[in-house]
Amino acid sequence: MSTTTGTPPAAGDTTAATLTSDEHGNIELGKLTLAAEVIGQGTVAPPAVAEYALWLGDDALVLAQNLGWWISRAPELEEDIAIGNIALDLIGHARSFLSYAGSASGRTEDEMAYFRGEEEYRSAQLFEQANGDFAHTIARNFIAGCFQHALYERLQGSHDETLAAIAAKSIKEVDYHVDHATQWVLRLAGGTAKSRRRLIVGFADVWPYVDELFRDEPLNDELAGVAVRQSTLRPAFDTRVAAVFAEAELEVPVGFTATGGGRVGKHHETLGPLLAEMQVLARQFPGAAW
Amino acid sequence: MLDAEMEVAVRRVWDIAATVTDPEIPVLTIEDLGVLRRVDVCGTAVTVTLTPTYSGCPAMDTMSVDVRRALATAGYNDVTVTLALAPAWTTDWISEQGKIKLNEYGIAPPTGHSARGTAGPVSLLLSVKCPRCSSLNTRELSRFGSTSCKALHECRECLEPFDYFKVL
Repeated sequence: MSTTTGTPPAAGDTTAATLTSDEHGNIELGKLTLAAEVIGQGTVAPPAVAEYALWLGDDALVLAQNLGWWISRAPELEEDIAIGNIALDLIGHARSFLSYAGSASGRTEDEMAYFRGEEEYRSAQLFEQANGDFAHTIARNFIAGCFQHALYERLQGSHDETLAAIAAKSIKEVDYHVDHATQWVLRLAGGTAKSRRRLIVGFADVWPYVDELFRDEPLNDELAGVAVRQSTLRPAFDTRVAAVFAEAELEVPVGFTATGGGRVGKHHETLGPLLAEMQVLARQFPGAAW
Repeated sequence: MLDAEMEVAVRRVWDIAATVTDPEIPVLTIEDLGVLRRVDVCGTAVTVTLTPTYSGCPAMDTMSVDVRRALATAGYNDVTVTLALAPAWTTDWISEQGKIKLNEYGIAPPTGHSARGTAGPVSLLLSVKCPRCSSLNTRELSRFGSTSCKALHECRECLEPFDYFKVL
């Protein structure tokens, strides 16, 4: 990743000058411009990279939209706030990924989020799973967090500087998400007989969708060195899950494996209604602002 | 333009941008926060680069608008505000003065440094000092607080709840 410290922005341009925050070391020039009005001036994603950014952006966006439902419905006020904040972080990650994905076709982050149909979404089906009860949500968040953590850890080393920057930014926040889910897994598993039973059911219900997260796609061959090959993330994921499950005295569920297909636009039945709710305002009142 | 003159011109823009405060924590300027990263001046065009604290922090939009407004008031009309993600912001960039201001405002500043890159995710938490009575006998109520950057703690001495700016 190239860094510049106090370097004039354009060589030979004598009317240009720069000031950087001197106490904070290296400064990266704005590789990624998030403001919608200046899209086109930022880095443009090559088509295959844009498709990959779509996978990760849609994962984050769909999970954020699911989590938003809990605000005012969580078991305690602190959880309303915690889940709301996690959703907000995820929306931030989605904005970065989707802005970058949209740069390939001249679309804004809002066009990416609100004006793509269900079959154009590329989220994995785990992120689309219904909230269910609180234990289901925790089970899904735990899996999602462990997956994203393993992924961003490696994506920081991507040859694509924008993807690497988004991953390096996001992983710090995902640290907190995994921690949140882990605390709840331990608390529910070690709580009452009822909380433990519900958590076990929660994990059993979402586990069929774990496999899809680690399946390689043809796009991986095209993006060697840029995207992370999903199958190589499984050991890191399994290690973390095993450690928490051991402490919680839980067993990895056994059962069927879902066919998946989210990365090629085949989605779980929950995605359509989720998008309908998320997109209705933008579609009914284009350009609405408040 | 001479280099020295240019330096003055850039410093002038920096100082104006540095007056903008965090809308959620009005005692902190974006310079104190380490959010103001870079100023470029090219002819009459000015570019100010900010970095977001948390990815989804809604205060970033307000800060961008406020920077634009502060510069417009000072006569700069060709202003671009960009957001740079890399290197990722960390609480280590909050200035010492900023930490003192936070504490005086009633928000405990981050304790310790960002652990990222040195270890795995650790739940180990250093004692957080109560910003009211300075007691270290405090406890975490919730790791997520009123904004993305804060956790909620309470003091067991003075019994007051308080916000803690958590390490990132």
